[in-house]
Amino acid sequence: MTATTDRPTTTPATATALPAQRGRARRRLVVVGNGMAGARAVEEILARGGAEQFSVTMFGDEPYGNYNRIALSHVLAGEEEEHGIFLNALPWYADNGIDLRAGVRATFVDRHARLVHDDTGARTPYDVLVLATGSSPFFPAMTGLRREDGSLLPGVFGFRTLDDTRAMLAEAGLHSRAVVIGGGLLGLEAAHGLQKHGLDVDLVHSPKHLMNQQLNAEAGRVLQGRIEALGIGVHTAARTVALTGEERVSGVLLADGRELAADMVVVTAGIRPNAELAARSGLLVERAVVVDDAMRCTGDDGEDAGEVYAVGECVQHRGETYGLVAPLWEQASVLADRLTGTDPAAEYHGSRTATKLKVAGVDVAAMGLSEPERVDDEFVVFSEPRRGIYSSAVVRDGRLVGATLVGDVRKVAFLQQAFDQGLPLPEERVQLLFDMGTPSEETGAAELDDCAQVCNCNGVSKAAIVDAVRGGCSTVGQVVDATRAGKGCGSCKSLVAQITEWAAGGDLAVDESANWYVPAIPMDKQQLTAAIRERDLRSVSAVFRELAPAGAEDAKSKMALTSLLRVIWPGGVVEERDARFVNDRVHANIQRDGTFSVVPQMKGGVTTPEQLRRIADVADRYAVGMVKVTGGQRIDLLGVRKEDLPRMWADLGMPSGYAYGKSMRTVKTCVGTDFCRFGLGDSTQLGIDLETRFQGLECPAKLKLAVVGCPRNCAEAYVKDVGVVAVGAGRWEIYVGGAAGASVRKGDLLATVDSPEEVIALSGRFIQFYREWAGWLERTYDFVPRLGIERVRKVVVEDSDGLAAGLDARLQEAVGAYVDPWSEGREPVVPGQFRPSLPLVDLPLVPRRPGGAPGGVLPDVHSSSDATAQVAEEVAP
Amino acid sequence: MTTTQSPAREVRVGHLDEVPAGEGRAYVVDGEQVAVFRHRSGRVSAVQAVCPHSGGPLADGQIDEDVVVCPLHLFAWDLATGESRNGQPPLRVHPCRVAGDGSVVVGAC
Repeated sequence: MTATTDRPTTTPATATALPAQRGRARRRLVVVGNGMAGARAVEEILARGGAEQFSVTMFGDEPYGNYNRIALSHVLAGEEEEHGIFLNALPWYADNGIDLRAGVRATFVDRHARLVHDDTGARTPYDVLVLATGSSPFFPAMTGLRREDGSLLPGVFGFRTLDDTRAMLAEAGLHSRAVVIGGGLLGLEAAHGLQKHGLDVDLVHSPKHLMNQQLNAEAGRVLQGRIEALGIGVHTAARTVALTGEERVSGVLLADGRELAADMVVVTAGIRPNAELAARSGLLVERAVVVDDAMRCTGDDGEDAGEVYAVGECVQHRGETYGLVAPLWEQASVLADRLTGTDPAAEYHGSRTATKLKVAGVDVAAMGLSEPERVDDEFVVFSEPRRGIYSSAVVRDGRLVGATLVGDVRKVAFLQQAFDQGLPLPEERVQLLFDMGTPSEETGAAELDDCAQVCNCNGVSKAAIVDAVRGGCSTVGQVVDATRAGKGCGSCKSLVAQITEWAAGGDLAVDESANWYVPAIPMDKQQLTAAIRERDLRSVSAVFRELAPAGAEDAKSKMALTSLLRVIWPGGVVEERDARFVNDRVHANIQRDGTFSVVPQMKGGVTTPEQLRRIADVADRYAVGMVKVTGGQRIDLLGVRKEDLPRMWADLGMPSGYAYGKSMRTVKTCVGTDFCRFGLGDSTQLGIDLETRFQGLECPAKLKLAVVGCPRNCAEAYVKDVGVVAVGAGRWEIYVGGAAGASVRKGDLLATVDSPEEVIALSGRFIQFYREWAGWLERTYDFVPRLGIERVRKVVVEDSDGLAAGLDARLQEAVGAYVDPWSEGREPVVPGQFRPSLPLVDLPLVPRRPGGAPGGVLPDVHSSSDATAQVAEEVAP
Repeated sequence: MTTTQSPAREVRVGHLDEVPAGEGRAYVVDGEQVAVFRHRSGRVSAVQAVCPHSGGPLADGQIDEDVVVCPLHLFAWDLATGESRNGQPPLRVHPCRVAGDGSVVVGAC
């Protein structure tokens, strides 16, 4: 060492070995503080080759090396051995040529002479000084806390150091009742740790809820429930005014007069930065030692303090002090960058604090804001106190600015990433807190386990997608075709795309076909529509012939083209049945065994005894497998053979309910004003009117509607493609883009109008806009967010683009062209339209519910079947 | 399907008029269900009628000149080779032709 100081005997003598000769070129770095911040700063400096530049001296209050203070609670709980928490034991300092003054306290810094005075009377010169003096437990004012000599009443402990922990451990076995004062992180850990040693523990917390620094009131209450379930008594909003006991603590007296017996008291009521040394040495101190973005201190006279820096809990940066470990690491890194010249411009800009920890065995994660602060902050909350689960997220301007998880922290990785990096958030905010059936996209394609099921509908794993890419698929479209991932409900599409991109590692071809309306024709929907109109193409085969490359038809494009032609030419399409999906050929929904389901129209979910009798008779007559009330307020007859369909329709005498098409399906309603004592508007009648108007309308995807008579939302209008809500005074809200299927999304408010007529007009215009502009199979819950509700509102409500009149007229034309498809039953349109396609299979394969079971029917219903196989006639050889 | 020794027998399953253009119909050939498709080009194809993935009725599927798409889960198979386009087991392909009188003739496998 170049320093000429009196070295205390505790200093390792080996320190002289290394630096003596290399000496003069190296600057003298003195670090006051050997806690997590000081030691980390030195580690970072050494990692940047700092040993070449600096001779290092460290002062540490405690007579140890450097240990992980956070792990003290594990030591207290007996979950970890003392030696296991040391980050750097004494030999590390010697090995790195660090002159450690363990157990020596720095008392004064002479900034002008650049000397550190210590309590041994020695003076140590420095070229660069780093203060990392940390913080101390805060002991609130209470009578009886200290004895006359200022020492703590025996039996009273702070919880900060290894010595504190050892002292508590030494006494824990001798006593039976402990009170912990302060229900923050540390207090909960102390309570948990002491309880593990068999003590009865009460926790006294003067704020209204636990961990009030990190959690909001509700989360704190949920946490309290879990802590109490451990058998720890929790007293919130309870201020301690006195400790009782003469020679040793005997109890805790609360402000409300209650007294809790205690033979151990642990005070964990917060920390205070250790800034006395800095203040005494003429450095600027407010709540803590003030530093700039370079972690540099200033004089309290505003003058340059020279090469004096500070890091850790003793620091106040941009008005913030930190009591967590992550900010301290960031600060140490900036400091090391600066001091070693690795990045002379490195700056610390503050930390977004996040904690994820087990508090008393309960998982807790908290980052940023615990509650919304501004009126337009979004606040997503889920709370289930009975199970001790709480999750919330605060979103501002589309970025995550806070999140809290108690009891279930599975989403913390994603939230932490979103919080740190400002990632785009899922449009459905509920996905911040829950994986909606699929792995969350942001889990990251790379992190996802190979076996993780990506597409639940088609059972496709991540590995299958990766294999497809390795097997030569070079676009997302090819992967989707090869694996069928994303072809079910579609909610996993973007995850499929992410995994494909990740697997291709940047070799992904640009998927031009992504914007095509159908794979067979290289045009988007608007180009295709224009071409069809221009060339007056009226059939699907004509579209292929004229517009597809080489005129080739494509099986997978046919259904979409059929739909588009019917939108473009209502009532004027040249029908080609082969271009329809089987459901639209036979006007029923094919089931897994090749049978069909029959759902008669039941407008607004309203039926009559007469209709019910007919349905019952038909169900008996055709021995349907199951009679089921649907989610859309109709009645479903399941397990019907194709050849029975026409006669069933005739016997029912009811129109088709369109439960099979990419079309307007149903309008659910509540009982509205006729009977409901809360109803504000006649939702039932409006629902019937809407269904009458829009029945059978083909759309890019299915379209579900609902009308409710008040915001109680009994028919779930908030989560429909178009949902209408009576809000009183004759007014109705129209929501669009809602969903409650594979995706869950509340619709966006399109408009509030004054009459049912306006509801019908505006929702019709929206539907026509959707019919003309949405991609094939694009549900409104994708279409509306893609355009943005503001844009949709401009077009549909404000007519910003002058489209309204045309939309209205074309919708009217489509409505006028409605024909009940079940009337086809009288005269099949093509030969064998209703012939069975699996003639020999004993239908249905889907097990019947036994007679007597709910929804069950009598077995052996097929003996009367007339679905005879087509008997083949052998050709003479 | 036990006639491995003799040349494949041919079976007249019905008249072409029974199968609308671009659609399929199911028949029985030698006790096996066969889906016969009439392409828009006028050709006919025949494959096993039951999809090997989950028993879907392929005769209810949509076709083009090359493939049939099963109506249940939209997997596609090549009608000429029986190969799946989506990694599923292949289909049995039957020889198939339209006879001079307009009847559809399918070979047993």
